[in-house]
Amino acid sequence: MDIIVGAKLIVARDELQSLVDVLTARAYRVLGPTLRDGAIVYDEIKRIEELPAGWSDRQAAGSYRLEKRFDAALFGYAVGPQSWKRFLHPPIERLWQAPREGESFSVEQDVPATKFAFLGVRACELRAISIQDKVFLGGRYQNTGYQRRRQDNFIIAVNCGEAGGTCFCVSMQCGPKAESGFDLALTELIREKHEFLVEVGSADGSDVLRHVRSRVATPADTAAADAVVERTAHQMGRTLDTNGVKDLLQGNLEHPRWDAVAERCLSCANCTMVCPTCFCTTVEDHTDLLNQMAVRERKWDSCFTLDFSYLHGGSVRKQTRSRYRQWMTHKLANWIDQFGTSGCVGCGRCITWCPVGIDITEEAAAIRSTPNAGKGVQRGGS
Amino acid sequence: MEGLEHILAEHPFFAGFSVEHSKLVSGCARNHRYDAGEYLFHEGEPANEFFLIRHGQVALEIVSPGQTPIVFATLGEGEIVGASWLVPPYRWMYDTRATALTRAIGIDAACLRGKCEADHHLGYAMMKRFLPILVQRLHATRLQLLDVYGKR
Amino acid sequence: MAAATQPDPMVPQLYRVGRVRRELADTMTLEVAPLAGARPSFEPGQFNMLYAFGVGEVAISISGAVDGSSFVHTVRDVGAVSGAVARLKTGATVGVRGPFGSGWPLASAQGADVIFVAGGLGLAPLRPAIRHVLANRARYGRVIILFGSRSPKDLLFRREMEQWRQRLDVDVEVTVDHADAEWHGNVGVVPALIRRVAFDPHEALALICGPEVMMRFTVNSLAEAGVAADRIYLSMERNMKCAIGLCGRCQFGPAFVCKDGPVMRFDRIADIFAMREI
Repeated sequence: MDIIVGAKLIVARDELQSLVDVLTARAYRVLGPTLRDGAIVYDEIKRIEELPAGWSDRQAAGSYRLEKRFDAALFGYAVGPQSWKRFLHPPIERLWQAPREGESFSVEQDVPATKFAFLGVRACELRAISIQDKVFLGGRYQNTGYQRRRQDNFIIAVNCGEAGGTCFCVSMQCGPKAESGFDLALTELIREKHEFLVEVGSADGSDVLRHVRSRVATPADTAAADAVVERTAHQMGRTLDTNGVKDLLQGNLEHPRWDAVAERCLSCANCTMVCPTCFCTTVEDHTDLLNQMAVRERKWDSCFTLDFSYLHGGSVRKQTRSRYRQWMTHKLANWIDQFGTSGCVGCGRCITWCPVGIDITEEAAAIRSTPNAGKGVQRGGS
Repeated sequence: MEGLEHILAEHPFFAGFSVEHSKLVSGCARNHRYDAGEYLFHEGEPANEFFLIRHGQVALEIVSPGQTPIVFATLGEGEIVGASWLVPPYRWMYDTRATALTRAIGIDAACLRGKCEADHHLGYAMMKRFLPILVQRLHATRLQLLDVYGKR
Repeated sequence: MAAATQPDPMVPQLYRVGRVRRELADTMTLEVAPLAGARPSFEPGQFNMLYAFGVGEVAISISGAVDGSSFVHTVRDVGAVSGAVARLKTGATVGVRGPFGSGWPLASAQGADVIFVAGGLGLAPLRPAIRHVLANRARYGRVIILFGSRSPKDLLFRREMEQWRQRLDVDVEVTVDHADAEWHGNVGVVPALIRRVAFDPHEALALICGPEVMMRFTVNSLAEAGVAADRIYLSMERNMKCAIGLCGRCQFGPAFVCKDGPVMRFDRIADIFAMREI
């Protein structure tokens, strides 16, 4: 059967295993959601039994709990503490090593071949990946490791059947429906049968789906899938008014709200680690004990650390207030100047995983309700 | 002293000074000439005059026992030297040495203070000119204090 | 998605250290030439990331060139990495990534009066610009060089500065924060030099480099003298690791100092320049 891009088909729940098998046979490392340590995290899967069937999550500011569902949905939860950046932009990456050669040295790189297949990418995560594509591949200089990992990246998206408690993808206009950037997109349908509506997003997707038993989706099937997404869109836990938010934040850098949020913020950097678009890193140069082999590694870092802005013997952003301001202003405002889009995808992770429950939507709303509150404040001395 | 009145009027410090006030001030003024190396005054001496540099350069320096004098400011053509004459006990706080042939107008402090007491409009006109210079010097001194070129 | 056609920009090219010269007690100038291939071209104001084996990388402005074959870098020993680079000897291998960043607006400055204002080590990134202007003297109006330093023994490139001063078509004014009696020049701050030098603010283009405090005061003086904000350029500095706009550390407002700078036009950063901890 010839499957065109854009085609919609129905695949039975058990047939998903064939999908995974085809990808595994093609040397992809298949990664998907699994249950571990009381959270849903992405890990390598070989069997669909490893997916967290029948589980859901309850998310709120500073809170994440798993809950058993009344059905056996495979994707009946929102997003967990990790995002796919863990694989595409790994926490630690060796960039090169340099063996010493007499008085001199040379530089060599290992180029590992990795083919990742992601199963269960949400719409917000698709947007986050496209944002990081722009960051890492859209400029004059590219992140070559990221480019390699994205080259053969197979993506199976999932349209959310339930919004998370802290979700606001609707406000950020990137969900809950997966629109682009996927090879296949699934919508879970539990009616008389447990099935998935599969939308084909690319030639690669079509090629893989050919090896999976499926039938053409009927208008009723499509309507049912649309209804799932529609229902999710109305369940958003948060909203964020994005109108003029760039000018709002860039024009309120001395707003007293920054001091208020700094009283609560621990600068623990959780938000930057769980955020699917945060990309900041550090670079570390080491040698072995005999000074014969030097290594350069790139590691995740956070604008919340004092080291991040270290200059001439101290941090430029000493106060927590300044660091929180940097993070939020970058995410919602400066990002637009830099990359043409917001840096936020409304996944809600920063709200859920903040130990003190700071809520980016609440902070934005607070500043919006009292703009110019910091203006006219006397600064500087004689 | 007619000649001095002209010279005073040309000095940037007295730009916009009224003719009447110019006459008053020039009555306290006299010409000075210093060779390179000559001191205009030393620390501790009575601050009897303040100076308007017409030509040349002077260095303000502080001496510490066992150390060579440290120059912390140089002033040149068009600039004013001396603020200690304004406030009791009217004593110089540092040495000032000409670094090149320097011509200056010295204005007798006691004479000028007397005239300012008698004519407050003159006093105010003088203060209005002095204050911005002192503020500028304060800013500059603070900047020098920061040692911005030094290592952190 | 574009295929990777460029070499990995995080991998240093290997250069050999040529002539090394001590400028000041803690400051060295190194000439470096590639082991293989041609030295890339650069614009005055740009910088390279210099890598000392096993120690680390540091961003250093290009302070000159030896024809087309070498970069010249002037390095001050202020920490582990800069110290390691400053101590490299002739014949040593050094890693070089770059050139990166934006350069001084020398093309658009043609026809204008150019005022160079340098503070301390800030003279190093300005030197190639000064040399370029003086080598193409007829294309520019008045040329004024103002230089502030800690003390007479901290005057960087003193001999070259004296040569510039000897020219009949350049105004050079130097000041130091303090001095002893041997010094017959100015003692005071750069803003005072600006007040003293006569220039037409409408014809002038100012290029400033030095400690940020010094640049702030200098900008204020130039503004007081009537120079418009879009005729003033600064060289900014922030923490840098990748130098290619991917690590996020050098952000200054929405700008990345490594690619939107280090040379930045003042009107574009005026609103955040005096803000604390931005």
